[in-house]
Amino acid sequence: MLVLENVHTHYGKIEALHGVSVEVNKGEIVSLIGANGAGKTTLLMTVCGSPQASSGRVILEGRDITHEPTAQIMRSGIAIVPEGRRIFSGLTVEENLHMGGFFNTKAEIRKSQDYVYELFPRLKEREHQRAGTMSGGEQQMLAIGRALMSKPRMIILDEPSLGLAPLVIQQIFEIIGQLRDEGITVFLVEQNAHQALNLADRGYVLETGRIRLHDTGKNLLANPDVRNAYLGG
Amino acid sequence: MAAHKIKHALFCALITLIISYPILGLNLEAQGINVTLSGADAGTLMLVFLAAVLVFLFQLFRDHIMGKVRALPFLQPSQREAMAENKRARIESWVITGIVVLALFWPFFVSRGAVDLATLVLIYIMLGLGLNVVVGLAGLLDLGYVAFYAVGAYTFALLSQYVGISFWMSLPIGACLAALFGLVLGFPVLRLRGDYLAIVTLGFGEIIRILLNNWTSLTGGPNGIGGIPEPTLFGMEFGRRVKGEGNTSFHETFGIAYSSEHKVIFLYLIALLLAVFTALVIRRLMRMPVGRAWEALREDEIAARSLGLSRTAVKLSAFTIGAFFAGFAGTVFASKQGFISPESFVFLESAIVLAIVVLGGMGSQIGVILAATAVTILPELAREFSEYRMLVFGAAMVLMMIWRPQGLMPMRRMHIELKGQE
Ligand SMILES: Nc1ncnc2c1ncn2[C@@H]1O[C@H](COP(=O)(O)OP(=O)(O)OP(=O)(O)O)[C@@H](O)[C@H]1O
Ligand SMILES: [Mg+2]
Repeated sequence: MLVLENVHTHYGKIEALHGVSVEVNKGEIVSLIGANGAGKTTLLMTVCGSPQASSGRVILEGRDITHEPTAQIMRSGIAIVPEGRRIFSGLTVEENLHMGGFFNTKAEIRKSQDYVYELFPRLKEREHQRAGTMSGGEQQMLAIGRALMSKPRMIILDEPSLGLAPLVIQQIFEIIGQLRDEGITVFLVEQNAHQALNLADRGYVLETGRIRLHDTGKNLLANPDVRNAYLGG
Repeated sequence: MAAHKIKHALFCALITLIISYPILGLNLEAQGINVTLSGADAGTLMLVFLAAVLVFLFQLFRDHIMGKVRALPFLQPSQREAMAENKRARIESWVITGIVVLALFWPFFVSRGAVDLATLVLIYIMLGLGLNVVVGLAGLLDLGYVAFYAVGAYTFALLSQYVGISFWMSLPIGACLAALFGLVLGFPVLRLRGDYLAIVTLGFGEIIRILLNNWTSLTGGPNGIGGIPEPTLFGMEFGRRVKGEGNTSFHETFGIAYSSEHKVIFLYLIALLLAVFTALVIRRLMRMPVGRAWEALREDEIAARSLGLSRTAVKLSAFTIGAFFAGFAGTVFASKQGFISPESFVFLESAIVLAIVVLGGMGSQIGVILAATAVTILPELAREFSEYRMLVFGAAMVLMMIWRPQGLMPMRRMHIELKGQE
């Protein structure tokens, strides 16, 4: 589905990714964990083409998207829930969702909207509320819902559990599992290593711009190094 | 009363004295070739002193006073929020239709000067609506908007002078050329945001003005271009004598006495028509995907891009459309004045149009129309105080920012509904 081959990414002169190779297969949940500043967000943004990889290749469904513009990449069956949610706080919940389906027909938007409301009944209740006035958990649901509006085959999530209460995190992770069961490929970045690896088919550990470890979720959970560094011993 | 409050109030009063004494209390007087400094009369000094006392008292009881002021019912916009969305929209469109109908008949009953002023108001409405797209909707701070206005005006002036093209031919050409300039400016500033964008657009506005000023062989430089023709109505001219070949004159065709008012009223009606056209087109655009894209980009650029919106296309469309309507306004302006020079396109004009958008409430069309009217007419009403025009202007801005930081009519976002699409 998605393949990164020896990707290097620069911010100006600073290299943030030093040759990263990652593979996400169709129908999988793949988790990427790593400390603050390891380059997780950078990796996801490189997939989206902003910033573009300075060398190496990014391949989406067999197509080389390394040098495609962001707008084009984001219209080809892939959606991202960006770090920090980034909902349109001045718009209502419904309008946020409609923005998510910007390039779809009205009938398609209707259908995806019903689907999202089914997934998150809480959003339906707050349909006409300004998104900025909702709680953090609701906003995260909206961010996920908005990404789903374009009916993506693959969804990328950047720290969806950031700043949320355990109960809400639980709920969000359940939904992510549900998405996989419906056939959507999931690429998940998380600080919350325990839950992320538990849910994932496979996992990668990123350390200062390099992939340190790569294994199934279960094995990584059992790995003593991972336990020490990311699961608090 | 806490000591720090008294201290603060004293400080404010002192500042008032320091600022207003030299400005109002000292006069420069020319005596022959010398300039002497003389004190103002006792009355003025008394006023300055009184002002300081007033500031002192206000600052001392500020919390108290402001609390009372805030509690005034007519300053509480939030309470009117309850009105249903579609009902509000319906009332709004009725009000607008009413105003337009009134505006259609109104010039026949008032003086020539009033109609002339109203034409100017309409020109500013067009400019305000156009800039509203760029600043209010797309959130791109453009300080050089007057450049596009100038492009429209000069296109008409030059085309009529060198090629002899009429107003109606020139209107779309001027607008399109202005739009082209918008596009050209759009490219280099795509990556800029906020203050950087403001500075570059400011520079662009000045470049255009300086170019017009110095390209003497083409534009006549500071002397400007005169003899710009008025619009015609199906080949009928409004002057006493027919100037253009093949044209007839309005008063002879209809067998009525010549009156210079016809021309003014006709121009007013054209401006009205174009202003209504501008408002309708932009209103339509706001409901279309491109309008929603502008808003999304303003709200959160990263999110908008993550949804597959192209930053380039969205920003350029806003710039181009905004510039297009400035070109419109410019053509009307050139025709109204009959003479244009770079003087008419200084930075102050950009600032005034921006003030209209901000006062009107960033994005709200009715707000922009109200603000354009106020900003154009108030200085005319207060002619006696013309020296203090900018002072009054600044004070009005400050007051607005305190009481209605969202503008006169904050934009109530339109609701996009998908009806009957099962
Ligand atoms: N726009 C930018 N310009 C310059 N450097 C950047 C930029 N964004 C990120 N970096 C740098 O790249 C490195 C990786 O950052 P990144 O945001 O990818 O980390 P992260 O793993 O997502 O961290 P976190 O868990 O805190 O979100 C950091 O050293 C950061 O300072
Ligand atoms: Mg990050």
